[in-house]
Amino acid sequence: MTQLRECHQFQIRAAYILVVCLFLLLAVPLLVGCRPAPSNPEAAQVIENKGSDTLVNLALAWAESYMETHPEVHISVTGGGSGTGIAAMINGTVDLANASRAMKAEEIAAAEANGITPVEFTVARDAIAVVVHLSNPVSRLTLQQISDIYTMRITNWSEVGGEDRPIVLLSRESNSGTYVYFLENVIRLGDGDSDLLFAPDTLLMPSSEGISAEVRQNPNAIGYDGLGYVTPDQKVVAVARDEAGPYVLPSIETVNDGSYPISRPLYMYTAGEPTGVVAAYLGWILGEGQSLVPELGFVPLDAGR
Amino acid sequence: MEKKESFINQIGRARRAEFAIETLIRTLGFSSIGFVLLIFFFLLREGLPVFFEVRPGNLFSTQWYPTFDLYGTLPLILGSVLVTVTAVAIALPLGVATAVFVREVAPGWAREVLKPMIEVLAGIPSVVLGFFGMTLVAPLIRETLRVPTGLTAFTGALLLAYMALPTIISVAEDALDAVPKGYRDAALAMGATRWQTIWRVVVPAARSGIVTAVMLGMGRAIGETMAVMMVTGNAARMPLTADSLLRPVRTMTATIAAEMGEVAQGSVHYHALFGIGIVLFLLTFLINLAAASTIFKKRRRGGLR
Repeated sequence: MTQLRECHQFQIRAAYILVVCLFLLLAVPLLVGCRPAPSNPEAAQVIENKGSDTLVNLALAWAESYMETHPEVHISVTGGGSGTGIAAMINGTVDLANASRAMKAEEIAAAEANGITPVEFTVARDAIAVVVHLSNPVSRLTLQQISDIYTMRITNWSEVGGEDRPIVLLSRESNSGTYVYFLENVIRLGDGDSDLLFAPDTLLMPSSEGISAEVRQNPNAIGYDGLGYVTPDQKVVAVARDEAGPYVLPSIETVNDGSYPISRPLYMYTAGEPTGVVAAYLGWILGEGQSLVPELGFVPLDAGR
Repeated sequence: MEKKESFINQIGRARRAEFAIETLIRTLGFSSIGFVLLIFFFLLREGLPVFFEVRPGNLFSTQWYPTFDLYGTLPLILGSVLVTVTAVAIALPLGVATAVFVREVAPGWAREVLKPMIEVLAGIPSVVLGFFGMTLVAPLIRETLRVPTGLTAFTGALLLAYMALPTIISVAEDALDAVPKGYRDAALAMGATRWQTIWRVVVPAARSGIVTAVMLGMGRAIGETMAVMMVTGNAARMPLTADSLLRPVRTMTATIAAEMGEVAQGSVHYHALFGIGIVLFLLTFLINLAAASTIFKKRRRGGLR
């Protein structure tokens, strides 16, 4: 299953590049000046939903459940990353963009240049889990230690109480929302003036499955990913804000009560205030739909308040 | 008189048909040149801005962190070069030896079996090879070579060598095939052994064809994306230390494939990726030019040297 999805994601990317090339070759000269026509939700009843890979499973579950009770609506959900979803929303090809980070200033500027005012909805919360190989004796780390590991100030597991093994750093690709979140809140410890970066030796994996595949088979590896993507064949590390603080494992409870240090909100963006079918769907997500959130390893909104 | 007229009419009709078909074929033929020019034009249009938007000091630095406006392409260029050169170093002796075996040594029935098998080898999709490399070759390399991770430049080079082999074998075999039988007969008549005939006469006579084979194999290797992205670890580090072959690298192709899908159109990062595309295009162009020039040289010398 994992393998199939892995291949599938690569194929999507390959197909995307192919399509872009063909488009540049053939269509651009013909379509200069043309814009995709705005979809008419009343007639089509189709909601296009695209974006964050972290959110894709949750978005799918919402879409399936919503379509059961509202057969007149068709919702298509695709992944590809927060940036892809936001870009598609700006270009007017999707109605809802999923994002695991807030829109960047330049993205908002690009949207406004296109005559679009993006509207943000927080739809769930996520915790980022730090994972190691099952055989790794290290079971707790402070944020400072994780930061030191990812900047290669710590390069051997023995320095944090493990075996004498080199540390292999795994990360998501640099355009993943998870990457930016982890960098700003863990490596830079939330310090806006810090200019720390992932060490150049960090392996950038093109997908969540890439990370879990390497963590599963390599006892030297450390990785991070959304709690929703952690499988039982990886060991989750308990994290503390500082040496004195309690070491907390990520769970729905610990994210809700704020004791787990690495958690974040997840967003959906619409181009302008949502209307019609999209507004109804968003309302459902923020209300009834929240009951599906814990089933996928994320944290529902109300529980956080 | 009547008959003659209709005969002239017939000729006229045939000429008109011939003219139409000729024009069609000529248009189709020239359109491929047109497409190449269009591709080049779009590549330049999308990629050239980066050379004005990013300072050259940044563009040719050693840090590739596009999320933070660090566009150092050196690790990517060197990564591609390292993986490609290693792949050719592995594939060249194997490929030429296989070609020699198939053409010069193997009995007729074995040749009939081997040739189609080699062509099947060329048909394996690179995603499949990449997946094979990720799940089987990478762990094997980590365990046997005792390196921190199996996702290394060497793993990528192995897969690329495997992919370049069919090209090298078939082109080299054609080159050997073109060596006149007289050369072999003469060598044997002079008392040379079979090995001496192959090594001292046939292979040197086919040298320019073998160089072409290697160049074409290299062109295939440097442009390969999917398998490389899956097994090289994609860490944008400078591959300058002695152990770089056994450490992760990030190639130009993998960078474009991994990042193009999630980049805002028209941004600096977008132009930077097309800029990398230009570099890649120039490299492949030079390699193909070198391959073509050996062919021309061969022709000018009236066959073999």
